[in-house]
Amino acid sequence: MSKTRLVVVGNGMVGHQFLQSLADSGHMAAFDVTVFCEEPRLAYDRVYLSAWFSGSTAEDLALGQIDQYRAWGLDVRIGEKVVEINRDDRLVVSDKGTTLSYDKLVLATGSYPFVPPVPGHDREHCLVYRTIEDLEAIKASAANGRVGVVVGGGLLGLEAAKALRDLGLETHVVEFAPRLMAVQLDDMGGALLRAKIEALGVQVHTGCNTQRIVDGERCVHRMEFADGATLETDLVLFSAGIRPRDQLARACGLAVGERGGIVIDNHCRTSDAQIYAIGECALWDGRIFGLVAPGYAMAKVAVSGLTGGEEVFTGADMSTRLKLMGVDVCSIGDAQGRTPGAKNYTWLDESAGTYKKLVVSADKKQLLGAILVGDAEGYGTLLQYMLNAIELPAHPETLILPSLEGAPAAGLGVAALPESAQICSCHDVSKGDVQRAVGGGCCSVADVKRATRAGTGCGGCVPLLTSLVNHELESLGVEVSHDLCEHFPYTRQDLYNLIRVEGIQSFEQLLARYGRGKGCHICKPAVGSILASCWNDYVLDPKHLILQDTNDTFLANMQKDGTYSVVPRIAGGEITPDKLIVLGEVARDYNLYTKITGGQRVDLFGARLEQLPAIWRRLIDAGFETGHAYGKSVRTVKSCVGSTWCRFGVDDSVGLAIDIENRYKGLRAPHKIKFAVSGCTRECAEAQSKDIGVIATENGWNLYVCGNGGMKPRHADLFATDLDRETLIKYIDRVLMFYIRTADRLQRTSVWMENLEGGLDYLRDVVINDSLGVAEELERQMAHVVETYECEWKKTVNDADAVKRFRQFVNSDQPDSNVVFVEERGQIRPARPEEKAEPIVMVG
Amino acid sequence: MPAAQQWIHVCNIDDLVADSGVCALVEERQVALFYVPDQRRVYAIDNFDPVGQANVLSRGLIGSEGDCLFVASPLYKERYCLDSGVCLDNDAVVLDTWKTRIDGDSLLIDPRPRQPVAMRKAV
Ligand code: SRM
Ligand SMILES: Cc1cc2nc3c(=O)[nH]c(=O)nc-3n(C[C@H](O)[C@H](O)[C@H](O)COP(=O)(O)OP(=O)(O)OC[C@H]3O[C@@H](n4cnc5c(N)ncnc54)[C@H](O)[C@@H]3O)c2cc1C
Ligand code: SF4
Ligand code: FES
Repeated sequence: MSKTRLVVVGNGMVGHQFLQSLADSGHMAAFDVTVFCEEPRLAYDRVYLSAWFSGSTAEDLALGQIDQYRAWGLDVRIGEKVVEINRDDRLVVSDKGTTLSYDKLVLATGSYPFVPPVPGHDREHCLVYRTIEDLEAIKASAANGRVGVVVGGGLLGLEAAKALRDLGLETHVVEFAPRLMAVQLDDMGGALLRAKIEALGVQVHTGCNTQRIVDGERCVHRMEFADGATLETDLVLFSAGIRPRDQLARACGLAVGERGGIVIDNHCRTSDAQIYAIGECALWDGRIFGLVAPGYAMAKVAVSGLTGGEEVFTGADMSTRLKLMGVDVCSIGDAQGRTPGAKNYTWLDESAGTYKKLVVSADKKQLLGAILVGDAEGYGTLLQYMLNAIELPAHPETLILPSLEGAPAAGLGVAALPESAQICSCHDVSKGDVQRAVGGGCCSVADVKRATRAGTGCGGCVPLLTSLVNHELESLGVEVSHDLCEHFPYTRQDLYNLIRVEGIQSFEQLLARYGRGKGCHICKPAVGSILASCWNDYVLDPKHLILQDTNDTFLANMQKDGTYSVVPRIAGGEITPDKLIVLGEVARDYNLYTKITGGQRVDLFGARLEQLPAIWRRLIDAGFETGHAYGKSVRTVKSCVGSTWCRFGVDDSVGLAIDIENRYKGLRAPHKIKFAVSGCTRECAEAQSKDIGVIATENGWNLYVCGNGGMKPRHADLFATDLDRETLIKYIDRVLMFYIRTADRLQRTSVWMENLEGGLDYLRDVVINDSLGVAEELERQMAHVVETYECEWKKTVNDADAVKRFRQFVNSDQPDSNVVFVEERGQIRPARPEEKAEPIVMVG
Repeated sequence: MPAAQQWIHVCNIDDLVADSGVCALVEERQVALFYVPDQRRVYAIDNFDPVGQANVLSRGLIGSEGDCLFVASPLYKERYCLDSGVCLDNDAVVLDTWKTRIDGDSLLIDPRPRQPVAMRKAV
């Protein structure tokens, strides 16, 4: 049977999703597919485009992978644009001269940014915001400028404004309408959003009609407005809406809308049944959908049509939840209350900076729309009420009023949702789909994500998904054991609370009261860590000694051959020449392999157990302290050189890094903790990949939390901005102690955050608003740890009994004959087995 | 009938660490010694970790699974039964173990490794 020749024009988000859906459908083999991709790279995540400015690379954003495409058997033409469609002969022609015939054609050409045709719109440094190339141009342009103006105060415009601000420009937003986000918000919501954004240093000009752009005096351009006002700027970024890319369709005579867009029916077919159109170029029922979820739904429908299925497109919900410059903004359904008879409930709290509005039907039974500014907490619940037409409670206002002390939050339990309720709009996954996935053996959120793809788009549905998955698991009677191990029928959090509340001081006490057996390699180090977080005793105290993993027992990291590494603390990465010389001398005298670590300090490898105390004695005498490279504890605070030397630095990042490192050194936690401090937004210390990251701004310090490098990198979340030092430290104290209290064993802050119900908002609430009333206690606990800090190595080398443990044999002074080094690049390295087998000259 | 046991002195009890390990050199073999005061017993097991290929087991953590006491390798965390030497995570791997005796302050050991478990059953 010959294959159907299928040509796909456009490889953006929806074009990619179409290919993915086709592959998922299992029908890929029935087609001979050619993909034309105008951009110089395969599809990437435009929704997260702005992350490019905070360091995500094109690879990070990539959706389409060339290997995957090849494995699917696609013919992919990167950097090749279709310029003509000949419907009579069913041919497409590309700008490279390729002519190809098709049986079926899919148009996924997306849209382009609308640039108002004001005189001067095409001057240099007048840019748009849609592709990675656009961002490169913006970055280049911003490097030479001081002021930037975004034309358009909608969703994208505000996102663009954030990017300009982060690039260090004085930023303005110019909006034609009388308020920001005119489509999604009402006047009050718009005003609150405006106040918040202005507080962040972005100047907003509404009701402003740009007339022309001409040469400026102080800046590159001068913008002139209808009311005679002017604004000087070096860069203009147009974000005044999008227009469907329908030129190809238009030229070959397909039906297009009056104001653009390729007309499609419920099957996503154009006026030519052999041609489909999906995504932002398509016009359905007179509407263009400028969001990705409806485009994904269209992709699925088109695949269904091509493979004999019956799916239809029935429109899409345009509710949005965004975080704009740290401000939560949600808009659901008929946010403006245009439905006849609609009634509003509103709640404005100027002190907290929140605005909430409900639009309900005349009989107060159905939710029609909602607006949330400054607090997105109710979004998931409200959306479900609207989408599923769930009857509202007798007093709908309880859904937006702040819950009074002690009253349970007015959430809608997942149990109340109908099976058809859409949980994930990006991938159109319903409650029923999730139930089936759990029934089919998925037993964690990660499993369900993999099986259904729910939660892997914008991520907005993850909290809801998580509670649904847990609920389903429980109702299936799947007992998700949270026990630490067979010796303790408790979670780590339970044990933490028991130890703290009952003042338990040792593993034995805890085991006697709450455990059974003798303990194991899981519970012992976990309890050892909790005891250390709570009471900060010496970890080699005989009663704690038996709890420690070998690295903690010998205060050093064991290497593959049984030798150890030595890592002294070099706070903030700053070290005097004299100290550096001491490190060199010690390494030379003990013949240790020497390397600069990824944590801005020096690691000395190949120390034998019995050498450790003497090595550390020398280091301590020279003023070094332990670097805790072995502990589940604070590791390093990376710094960049900062304002002291760097021409761009806006604050003293090294000084702060050193202070932070000295404050938190020795703090034991569920897992290791890394920090970094950067002196400006260029972020040379990579603070956004750390558990705690701090970046200097003109107005103080921005605090980022819960980032991670390592196996599963996670960008840190911006937690609070423009803090003074005191507030910064206070917040860090609280975040860390709250993490220590509530995290699982061996859970980094990143994973903890991913699993924290309520996520970042919840953490902010606990830390900033003290919603649990524990802030002071957290600070006190931290103060205790800080006050009782002691260098473990110093204590050890001065304790004869402790030193006694550092010997290879209790009955001989011989070294371990299995430790053999050979030389490589002028230093030692462990011999390989085959090298050990032969008689060789030992070094060291 | 096994040959008569010959006990040799290794170290004093206070050279050992309660509920933890140390290593001794016994006729050129490295033997990891784990002292469990509750049982007044010292377990002796090969110090060589066959997976990590290094002499490190004396520095592992002691734990229990049911009634079985084990040491977890500090390198890759395989668990070995202190009594039988059998690897709990892969029973094809069995380490040598030794008989020990506490005599006053002194720890004595029979320097010949015990028979592996399977053979011991047959005896
Ligand atoms: C020495 C060093 C590599 C180097 O030569 O540069 C290193 C070496 C080790 N890392 Fe690392 N990591 C080192 C920087 C890093 C970094 C970079 C950084 O800190 O900026 C990362 C990624 C950042 C992060 O943690 O988010 C890193 C992510 C890991 C991970 C993965 C953690 C994760 O959450 O995914 C592990 C495994 C673990 O902890 O479970 C790990 C574990 C290890 C261990 C402890 C593996 C082991 O158990 O033997 C290595 C110990 C070597 C030793 O004896 O000191 N190392 N490791 C670096 C020591 C930094 C320091 O001065 O303390
Ligand atoms: C900064 C930014 C933030 C956004 N945030 C969100 C958000 O939070 N939530 C949300 O739902 N949506 C968001 N969007 C919108 C979302 O990105 C779009 O809805 C989505 O990308 C539409 O997908 P598409 O495939 O239809 O179009 P596109 O992704 O634009 O892809 C179309 C592709 O077709 C190519 N093409 C066009 N013509 C041709 C031709 N003739 N030959 C070959 N190739 C051609 C184009 O070069 C392009 O690569 C955002 C958009 C931007 C720019
Ligand atoms: S990346 Fe792997 S090999 Fe390299 S130091 Fe870290 S843990 Fe060791
Ligand atoms: S709604 Fe976007 S990922 Fe689920």
